[in-house]
Amino acid sequence: MNTRFFADTLVLVNRSLRHILRSPDTIITTAITPIAMMLLFVYVFGGALDTGSDSYVNYLLPGILLITVASGISYTAYRLFMDMKGGIFERFQSMPIARSSVLWGHVLTSVVANLISLAIVVLVALAMGFRTGAGVLSWVAVGGILVLFTLALTWLAVIPGLTAKSVDGVSGFSYPLIFLPFISSAFVPTEGMPGPVRAFAENQPVTSIVNTIRDLFAEQTIGNDLWIALGWCVGILVVAFALAMSTYRRKIS
Amino acid sequence: MTTSPSPAIHVRGLQKAYQELPVLRGVDLDVARGSIFALLGSNGAGKTTLVRILSTLLRADAGTATVEGFDVATQSASVRESISLTGQFAAVDEILTGRENLVLVARLRHLADPGRIADDLLARFSLTDAGGRRVATYSGGMRRRLDIAMSLIGDPPVIFLDEPTTGLDPQARIEVWNAVRELAANGTTVLLTTQYLDEAEELADRIAILHEGVIIADGTLAELKQLLPPTKVEYVEKQPSLEDIFLAIVGHDRSADTAAAGTEN
Repeated sequence: MNTRFFADTLVLVNRSLRHILRSPDTIITTAITPIAMMLLFVYVFGGALDTGSDSYVNYLLPGILLITVASGISYTAYRLFMDMKGGIFERFQSMPIARSSVLWGHVLTSVVANLISLAIVVLVALAMGFRTGAGVLSWVAVGGILVLFTLALTWLAVIPGLTAKSVDGVSGFSYPLIFLPFISSAFVPTEGMPGPVRAFAENQPVTSIVNTIRDLFAEQTIGNDLWIALGWCVGILVVAFALAMSTYRRKIS
Repeated sequence: MTTSPSPAIHVRGLQKAYQELPVLRGVDLDVARGSIFALLGSNGAGKTTLVRILSTLLRADAGTATVEGFDVATQSASVRESISLTGQFAAVDEILTGRENLVLVARLRHLADPGRIADDLLARFSLTDAGGRRVATYSGGMRRRLDIAMSLIGDPPVIFLDEPTTGLDPQARIEVWNAVRELAANGTTVLLTTQYLDEAEELADRIAILHEGVIIADGTLAELKQLLPPTKVEYVEKQPSLEDIFLAIVGHDRSADTAAAGTEN
């Protein structure tokens, strides 16, 4: 059963990667919104913002990367929804294949697609003056955190992908996720925020993840933020995975 | 054709309700190996629900159903090895090409040489020229043919066709009928649902009528005809049907198709 799971998942990843290759616009649209935000904040608002860092693009990039992932996963939900609606999902379910392969195919494709979008955003940031002295290990750590974050949000996206009644419902769920970085340390330091807002900003997942990535890029010692960030990512991943799987099982039985 | 000792599909007392609404209220059914069985019924009669239960997509509330001797509830993996489902909406991948769709299914069925299987089926369903094009560019009839071709990969002994010709133009409909006949000729058991009476009459060895969740009639066409009052002899001028006219004008040769059916009397 296990060899079948890997073989089937591979076949299905191959299928959805072809989808992405044939509509590269999904990767470009995913990257465009965060790039536009980056341009806006660096060249329009940036001059008026005091972040205590000499380069605003260096300060901003980690948050922009998280926004990229948050907008990228809505396509995963969309692709899953289209499979459910089109009948091919039922074909797969009535075939002798490992049943969870259908979900894993979409999830792994989501990771690949998001990594490509992230790479595009980083390249644009480099062109805008983003600089880091981070070594290979730090880059690997940043990549690892982003993959973990993508996996967590993708499993979250699987739920609306399976349950949504319309296309609007599928894409709607990601808006709060895209908005979340605005109430965090992603754009401005939390110190200047009024009490309750600051309390929320400092204790929501985005802040710890943004701070960790920022410290890795700036070659600074990483404090508690790393563990809090990992805790959030793994926590969301476990809960979203369990919910998605139970939704899936209810759908197919 | 005589009924073989163990039917390919065996259903007893099957019940299913959605919340309070009963859809199947005790269905009994036997489908002989290698036959075409038509399940006839109006919209909402429960045809799709029955097919979904038999293809392990849905669980029944009560009753038993076996396909090729495997229980759909407790041996669903073995049932899935023995069946293929062509649902009401063509279950094809629009973004892939026709050939890629076939290769995909062959890979998922763990068959050797998926490329050759795909090419054979493209030829068999006259899709060779379209094989390299994205399915999004296909006509309804081509899509359906591809859909059925995908269901044949791995030669499953039992095939479910849920309203295979709904929404098709007359010519595409005849193409699908020919494909179904060819299947049965090769020994595949076919259970098809339809709301078109002529379709059941054209194709099926045996016909069952599902009405409000129960089978109200089950037999060969000849047996069903005996349920009606005796034949009256009337003289009616034989007018060409609109379908005959349509096919004549578009230049499609209907005679070859009806010759294959050969059940008119």
